[in-house]
Amino acid sequence: MADVIKCATRDAYGAALKELGERDDILVLDADLAKATKTITFKKAFPDKFIDCGIAEGNMIGVAAGLATTGYTVFASSFAMFAAGRAFEQVRNSVAYPKLNVKIGATHAGISVGEDGASHQCCEDIALMRSIPNMVIINPADDVEAKQAVFAAAEHDGPVYLRFGRLAVPRINAEDYKFELGKGVLLRGGNDVTIVATGLMVNEALIAADELAKEGIEARVINIHTIKPIDKEILVEAAKETGAIVTAEEHSIIGGLGGAVAEALSEEYPVPVVRLGVEDTFGKSGPALELLKIFGLDAQHIAEKAKKAIELKNRI
Amino acid sequence: MNENRKKELKKIALNVRKGVIEGTFNAKSGHPGGSLSIADIVTYLYFEKMNVNPENPQDENRDRFVLSKGHTAPALYAALALRGFFPVELIKTLRKPDSILQGHPSMRYTPGVDMSTGSLGQGISVACGMALGAKLKGKDFKVYVPLGDGEIEEGQVWEAAMFAGNRKLDNLVAIVDYNNLQIDGSLDEVNSPYPIKEKFEAFNWNVIEICGHCFDQIEEAFAKADECKGKPTCIVAKTVKGKGVSFMEDKCDWHGSAPNAEQYEQAMAELDAALKELEV
Repeated sequence: MADVIKCATRDAYGAALKELGERDDILVLDADLAKATKTITFKKAFPDKFIDCGIAEGNMIGVAAGLATTGYTVFASSFAMFAAGRAFEQVRNSVAYPKLNVKIGATHAGISVGEDGASHQCCEDIALMRSIPNMVIINPADDVEAKQAVFAAAEHDGPVYLRFGRLAVPRINAEDYKFELGKGVLLRGGNDVTIVATGLMVNEALIAADELAKEGIEARVINIHTIKPIDKEILVEAAKETGAIVTAEEHSIIGGLGGAVAEALSEEYPVPVVRLGVEDTFGKSGPALELLKIFGLDAQHIAEKAKKAIELKNRI
Repeated sequence: MNENRKKELKKIALNVRKGVIEGTFNAKSGHPGGSLSIADIVTYLYFEKMNVNPENPQDENRDRFVLSKGHTAPALYAALALRGFFPVELIKTLRKPDSILQGHPSMRYTPGVDMSTGSLGQGISVACGMALGAKLKGKDFKVYVPLGDGEIEEGQVWEAAMFAGNRKLDNLVAIVDYNNLQIDGSLDEVNSPYPIKEKFEAFNWNVIEICGHCFDQIEEAFAKADECKGKPTCIVAKTVKGKGVSFMEDKCDWHGSAPNAEQYEQAMAELDAALKELEV
């Protein structure tokens, strides 16, 4: 087996910004985390178009909004905890309500932050951002998708929340992969159950599907990179054809992908939806890969949930 | 400023105040107190100082106005209407479901409104972004941002003040509407932000203290702001909450309540009498 390339989506964020930097309208803001968010890659190439706002995320979002009113496309960057958490109301009132061209580059999302622990492991950001009108949310699965998501965000007219991780994750997409905003990606066929995954859980979903196949269970795998607006069409089709859904995300089971999928299907085509995510609890310190196992965010747990979903389907 | 022009501005300011009363009376809600205290400065900016064009509200070279104390939208709406951005009759639709005049300013509803505001402390950060945008684009427009004196209790104001001072945004002018009243009482009773002047100076701002109802002083302050290079300017304008309507003056109860029919008649009569006095 060929070596799998591993890259953190935050690295792709920095690289994509650098490519975008040739555009006159692009500005990048950070809040004293450039080395961690990887906006430093952009800063080195375009120092005059990089604005460090210091440790003041609320103000950074407001400054981004003001710059956007003067015609700039602004990427404002911080950790998910501070971009979506601390600056929630600035994002809501100063960016989303006036529908300004501000893209929030939120890195270090989820449990895989690792050793820094619960204070920095934001598992609530998708729920927060999803409740804001005008907001688009993208949670890429690997570096290839992340890079293209950044380009798509720059093309989109209005606010976008981009969710990136700290941990290097396996590349699952080919170089010629074409990202389409708002469109789910069918990665594997199957009619027994559907695994709907986002972010680093997409790779785990593919592994889980392989494991399930060994037991004679054919699982469909769908990558939902755009959590809002969500691709209802691909979800309803999966519900109709497989009758059982598992969602998998590195986020709270409340209000994230699982919530979005359950909301969509309960109104369009109700089937059992079993959610895998961070249970209603805070994270803790530890190596990222160990934490993902401890919190049940791996292929083994996806497979277990898949069997549960099938059982529920058969009971109805 | 010659006496005729000053008299003209006083008349416009009285009409702005009438608009505040008209709007809040018809809406049966809103914030007349702070709208009346900022009325003279809003009048000066829209009728004397700022480069704005009602025919082209989105002109990219226009001066920007960000009403960080967004609850005093009635004063801004009255000034915009009188300046020709939309018909004066619309003031009566303030806060109604189909109105272009939302309870707090929205740039997506109202021609001439440069930024949606209302959540205190956020407008000044956006104004910083606009001022920085002007500098990056090599444009010479200015950004004016009125703050409530109670509003500066918000921590975000000081994040923005630090940013503007550090970035030397000398195209940014903040105006603190210093009427010493907020919803729960006087500023020092609630959570004193005093001394205001020294605080802004400590963040590397040029600070000018004036009477916020005296057009000579207002003019001089904005001229000094133009002359100041390398620092943003903060004009601390001493004002009277409810200014121009006798029973509303210096009363924090008029922060967020509308006049009833009787109070409306009295307020309009007082403002009309003041207008008549200027005609003589």
